Amino acid sequence: MIEINHLSKHFGAFTAVDDLSFTVQPGEVLGFLGPNGAGKSTTMKMITGFLTPSSGSVKVCGHDVSAAPVTAKRLIGYLPEGAPAYGDMTVMAFLEFIAKVRGLTGAEAAARIAAVIDQVNLHKVVNKQIENLSKGYGRRVGLAQAILHDPQVLILDEPTDGLDPNQKHEVRKLIESMAKDKIIVVSTHILEEVEAVCSRAVIIADGKLLADGKPQDLAARSKYHNAVSLSVAELEPQVVAAAIAALDTVAEVEVSAAGRVTALPAAQAEIYNDVKALAEKHGWALQELYVEQGRLDQVFRKITLGEELSRENVQEAA
Amino acid sequence: MNPSALQMTGIILRRELASYFATPLAYVFIIIFLALAGVFTFYMGNFFERGQADLLPFFSFHPWLYLFLVPAIAMRLWAEERKSGSIELLLTLPITMWQAVLGKFLAAWLFCGLALSLTFPMWITVAWLGEPDHGAIAAGYLGSWLMAGGFLAIGSCMSAVTKNQVIAFIVGLVVCFLFLLSGFPIVMDAFSSWAPSVLVEAVASLSFMTHFEALSKGVIDLRDVLYFLAVMAAWLYANTLIVEMKKAD
Repeated sequence: MIEINHLSKHFGAFTAVDDLSFTVQPGEVLGFLGPNGAGKSTTMKMITGFLTPSSGSVKVCGHDVSAAPVTAKRLIGYLPEGAPAYGDMTVMAFLEFIAKVRGLTGAEAAARIAAVIDQVNLHKVVNKQIENLSKGYGRRVGLAQAILHDPQVLILDEPTDGLDPNQKHEVRKLIESMAKDKIIVVSTHILEEVEAVCSRAVIIADGKLLADGKPQDLAARSKYHNAVSLSVAELEPQVVAAAIAALDTVAEVEVSAAGRVTALPAAQAEIYNDVKALAEKHGWALQELYVEQGRLDQVFRKITLGEELSRENVQEAA
Repeated sequence: MNPSALQMTGIILRRELASYFATPLAYVFIIIFLALAGVFTFYMGNFFERGQADLLPFFSFHPWLYLFLVPAIAMRLWAEERKSGSIELLLTLPITMWQAVLGKFLAAWLFCGLALSLTFPMWITVAWLGEPDHGAIAAGYLGSWLMAGGFLAIGSCMSAVTKNQVIAFIVGLVVCFLFLLSGFPIVMDAFSSWAPSVLVEAVASLSFMTHFEALSKGVIDLRDVLYFLAVMAAWLYANTLIVEMKKAD
């Protein structure tokens, strides 16, 4: 378990992390979200013992990171932002170095190195110098290093940043495969990633915790939650929009550039059946008709930019 | 099994030492060191003309050789880690700050020792030409290596101050220069006009040159040995503080 207790970090007059508290349980994959400069990396640096908190504490599996840093660090695998490594070493030499530091020796070390090379698919580059690798491979070396000792706690700072879609998919599969009974914290600003791999999302901005919940619950706070989208063939979207807007249960209608009409419900109403009935009445040739779950990106903007919701409201809602 | 503190220092040391040889740096350094040591000894030190079977002309130029070459070895120790960001990786591994600082320093010191030991043909030359005092030569080598350690500890500390290796080199060189000549007018004049005589004497007693002189002549005075060890300990302690302070920048 990771326990973060009233954690703050000041750099001079600047407050990077402001009284942050939350806990992460084994089996959870926590998506750590926030705009650039929100304090995500600073928080992760304090969890991993790189930075000393200005106040507050971090406990990893019961060990206080400030009081017993080495014990805590043994339990953690960490991929720092940008996946730094020793550029002049080959991938193999680097992993051997990490294995030694992690107390792995002999056959056990060789087996673990072979296993992570397999897991993150580094076969082609094992004897290349790290500084000559592409960004994608560099990131994978960073991941390999982090998971080498099969840590109980995995802290990944933007693990898919700069990867192509295939590589992103592989990294997500890797995270999913390790999620069982581990504690994983992933920072990202790619929201689809949170929906794909995280069991819980924490949103911070300006160092403060703004929201904490399951990705689908957060998405449900979107004004698009339970909205109905449809496209109709051979009819101007504006005509469809005007007809739907006339329904009592519909609060607002939006038309996308692609001609898709989205009806937003008034006050938690279920409008799917109303819209469907309307479509049948007019005999529209429906190409698609579906209920939206809510859009995380819209919630993210709403929360981090402070639109509509003040912090108090968010906490009430949570 | 988790590695002991000593084993962990050794693991850091080996990685660091290997990284010297991963680039041409090690070979360039060793070749230049050997060439300059030879040039200084034979041309400027009048090795043959003196007609004495000792290595005094060889050792007497070491402070000047080290002044330029040791900061060049030390400049990358921390500046490079901070520049590339690998410091974050290193310091989130289950090691202590002292293990990291000491492992890196010892790697550089061993490397200097290797370069120094490759000057062994000098020793063979004097042994072949005459009958030198081998004990005195061994003491000279020990003194030279200790002095290199002193310079290295300063350089390592200065390397932690900046991300820029060139700045680390220049600042390291200047601080080494001050320590080298702290007993001489060039440095003393800056103090003697205003500082109390106790301080002036204290500064004067810090001179690398004075402490190395006796050792280079073959006199092992425990005080000189302790002096260099204390210099290393003090600068490495400062090194840990500076890394701690600067690592997040």
